[in-house]
Amino acid sequence: MTETQAGIQAAEEMAAVEERSVDSAVSLRGITKRFDDVVAVDNVNLDIADGEFFALLGPSGCGKTTTLRMIAGLEFPTEGSLTIFGDEVGTLPPNKRPVNTVFQNYALFPHMSVLDNVTFGLRMQGVSKSEAKQRATDAIAMVQLEGREQRKPSQLSGGQQQRVALARALVNRPKVLLLDEPLGALDLKLRQQMQGELKSLQRELGITFVFVTHDQEEALTMSDRIAVMNEGLLLQVSDPESLYERPVNRFVADFIGQTNLLDATAEADNTVCLANGVRVAVDHDLAIGTKLALCLRPERASVVADADGDAAQTTAGHYLPGVVKRVTYLGTDRIYDVALDWMELEVREGNRPGSGRFVEGDRVNVIWEPDSVAVVPDDGSSTGADRS
Amino acid sequence: MTAVAERIDEPVGVADVERQAARERRRRGFLLALPAYAYLVFFFALPLVAVGVFSFATRNRFGGVDLAEWNLDSYRKLGEDIVFDILLRSFSLALLTTAICLVLAYPFAYFIATRSETVRNVMLVFVLIPFWTNFLVRNYAWRLLLGNDGPVSQVSQLLGLGEVRILFTPLAVVIGLVYSFLPFMILPLYAAIERIDWRLVEASRDLYATGRQSWTKVVFPLSMPGVIAGSILVFVPSLGAYVTPEILGGAKTTLLGSYIVSQFLTARNWPAGAALSMVLLTVMLMTTIIYFRSGGRNL
Repeated sequence: MTETQAGIQAAEEMAAVEERSVDSAVSLRGITKRFDDVVAVDNVNLDIADGEFFALLGPSGCGKTTTLRMIAGLEFPTEGSLTIFGDEVGTLPPNKRPVNTVFQNYALFPHMSVLDNVTFGLRMQGVSKSEAKQRATDAIAMVQLEGREQRKPSQLSGGQQQRVALARALVNRPKVLLLDEPLGALDLKLRQQMQGELKSLQRELGITFVFVTHDQEEALTMSDRIAVMNEGLLLQVSDPESLYERPVNRFVADFIGQTNLLDATAEADNTVCLANGVRVAVDHDLAIGTKLALCLRPERASVVADADGDAAQTTAGHYLPGVVKRVTYLGTDRIYDVALDWMELEVREGNRPGSGRFVEGDRVNVIWEPDSVAVVPDDGSSTGADRS
Repeated sequence: MTAVAERIDEPVGVADVERQAARERRRRGFLLALPAYAYLVFFFALPLVAVGVFSFATRNRFGGVDLAEWNLDSYRKLGEDIVFDILLRSFSLALLTTAICLVLAYPFAYFIATRSETVRNVMLVFVLIPFWTNFLVRNYAWRLLLGNDGPVSQVSQLLGLGEVRILFTPLAVVIGLVYSFLPFMILPLYAAIERIDWRLVEASRDLYATGRQSWTKVVFPLSMPGVIAGSILVFVPSLGAYVTPEILGGAKTTLLGSYIVSQFLTARNWPAGAALSMVLLTVMLMTTIIYFRSGGRNL
């Protein structure tokens, strides 16, 4: 009961923070989806603006795909209201909604040619054969698959199948395009190329894209805004930069990028007390005694030799003494795993000439600028174990 | 000395070893398959050749077979009205049986295929239960059910519709055949439908297909291998059915199977029976080839 209330409260706060756009493409109000006893999506409030590239991000099983499927009409919400451009679509079947989906494994019809796959949606809508063919040909050209119209999906490579799936959805000129991990099955190089292509395609067409992914890097690269979900709850909705710089809780801080989370307790005068008793100055508006975590990104910290410690403290903000436990050379960067008395920190140093080089066993200080850390309330959530 | 040198700079030696190993493997495989080969040769291939040979022979005065003069008389006999009628009747009853089986089996197979694993297995056992009883016994059971004072007729009389005469009509034969071969339609259909990727159906719904269009454009085409396999598995045995028409069909509804038997046993015209058998065999072989050509391999 209290948990639900807290959830509602959090959601309401979030809805207040995100000013409710009047002409949002997709709007979810109190959307809940239960499968038997499992709550897959828990009271989600969300507005996706027209023309936005919007990502639903989270570990597997967080409810992001279920949310997408509810927008598509492939699942119906247990509770709540779902509108697309102002029209309530809660229990409308998928064929009555102005949205199309690019499925995770493309779901191309194996018994039809590429052309028949792409014309399918148009034919079902009663578009004449000749017009359907014309539009399909254009769509196939748009995804650069000219000359492969008569092939069967099984005769195409994964990347080509992906393009067919895209053409098959976009040819219908949907108001919202839903993409369910569309790049998941592609290898890294192709995936990065498709990320760029999808992004520019979206800009060109001006269609709202709602994109489901478990890959935080992909979400950061492509999206205008990102919604982070975990265990059915919507945790944070913001642009990539705010998401990275100002995560609302431990889970988000840990899920987005690499991070060091230092347990601390809030004290007065904008200071917090770290677990080892060191006091650190950082802006916060939490009540005294509140448990929190300092989110220190590896690339925001530096490693200096132990002797420089005092000097570093005066120029930079803070330092924590430790011992280099492991050095990983990445070409562009060096990663130092520094063992402190009570935890390990990861520090990522750019590999520039003149930057200090340390080896295993060196006594060092980890330093950072006061404004390099973010304060995240300690919600007790653990790290996303199955993230990738 | 020279022999050693040859072996070293001649890679063919290696290939020889491999070839010998392959030969050895083949020999061992052949030995393992020998009992089955022998069985097939003695009880299938040789009788088949005998039937083929007899179909070109002449019937002699005493009901024996004269192999001396080769001719096509027996095959010409197939053009006679009486034989042609029987062929036509057999074909149409087999087609009708296949069509009825398809219509009955499809919704049922669809239903099973879309249930949970447990329900599925229970339903499949139900489909197979009739096989636990002897085929002959089951056909005699239908004789009782369809008889003039059987339950079907009794119900009809109670309702004031009068006596029902089904037994010894083509209808009785079709009922019996449908009953006998329905599982052969259900099982391949089930296998084909169960294999359909339901995300394709979701994709079609997402692409504006109604539930019905989704079925005609996606589900049915994808279940086609099952439709073809099931149709062949029902059509072929229906065409050559002997027991069911004998038990449930009347004297007026002689079918191919019964006719062949009568040619051999009653009319003592072995060449005619052999020729008919060959025709039946060819038709069955051709339908099977059509099936494999159509890409289905899931019998």
